[in-house]
Amino acid sequence: MPITTEDTLRWLQQLAHVLHENRDYLTQLDSDIGDADHGINMDRGFKAVIEKLPGVASMDIGSMLKTVGTTLVSTVGGASGPLYGTAFLRAGMVTAGKHELYEADVIGMFEAALEGIKARGKAQPGEKTMVDALTPALAAAKEAEAQQKDLSELLQRASAAAEAGMKATIPMVATKGRASYLGERSAGHQDPGATSSWLILKTLADVYE
Amino acid sequence: MAVGLVIVSHSARLAEGVAELAGQMAQGKVAIAAAGGTFEGALGTSVDKILAALYEVDGPDGIVVLLDLGSAVMATEMAVEAYGQDHRHHIVISPAPLVEGAVIAAIEASIGNSLQEVAEAAASAYSLPKVHHT
Repeated sequence: MPITTEDTLRWLQQLAHVLHENRDYLTQLDSDIGDADHGINMDRGFKAVIEKLPGVASMDIGSMLKTVGTTLVSTVGGASGPLYGTAFLRAGMVTAGKHELYEADVIGMFEAALEGIKARGKAQPGEKTMVDALTPALAAAKEAEAQQKDLSELLQRASAAAEAGMKATIPMVATKGRASYLGERSAGHQDPGATSSWLILKTLADVYE
Repeated sequence: MAVGLVIVSHSARLAEGVAELAGQMAQGKVAIAAAGGTFEGALGTSVDKILAALYEVDGPDGIVVLLDLGSAVMATEMAVEAYGQDHRHHIVISPAPLVEGAVIAAIEASIGNSLQEVAEAAASAYSLPKVHHT
């Protein structure tokens, strides 16, 4: 079974809920190594997304994701606005016109989102960012597809790989973003951006299951 | 006309203060717009605010954007991309330190120098001696 427009709507609605619930947690992670606004910014951004959803509910998945992207760009004041905004805009471009996403579409969507974040942030794996959660997630999704696993399994594996990637940011020294000003002192803390990236993928896997 | 300047900061007050300081040097000959903070007035950057500032100083001689911290680069790049969709005028995002870069850029722009000259002068602010040791 593919991911439908209804699944996409449920994902975005649930994601707004999950980010609201994790608002203080993400902000706490960000206060350790950043500017203590990640949870607040993501919560505000996805609250705004929820308000826009009724207007795009009957549209294709690409239009929904592009709307998410433009909304995040305008409403998230931190670095995550341009980053997640670009990710959702790129994801929306490769899913334009689609009302159902199969395994290859989902991988194309993940790939476009990750490439968007890397291009916007000039980031590579190992720099203690979102990229460290999303890169292994994409690899796990590709591997699941190569093994002809179903979509539910693919999403679960991507989510699990993102979680492992998120935890792997703990010992890393940040070289991108506000945390890089801390230098070596950024080691020992989990990256908030990698954490929100995991929550986004986990919520998709949970909603689709 | 002269090269226009946009001052991007995570803080609205910082952006306005730098614009004020640079404006004093330009003596009204340079269009300088501040784009600081989020739309709600909190600390952060706003692509929409930066885009509005680009339109405000828009002109045929081009624009130099000066900014405070790393993530301001991403918001500025998004604004420049949106601006570029219906404008041909060139924009340079300066790597210069904000205060020195803005002041130097304002002086260079006010004497009618080109976009490239203004941008290069601002970037040279990195090596400007602030404290003279004797």
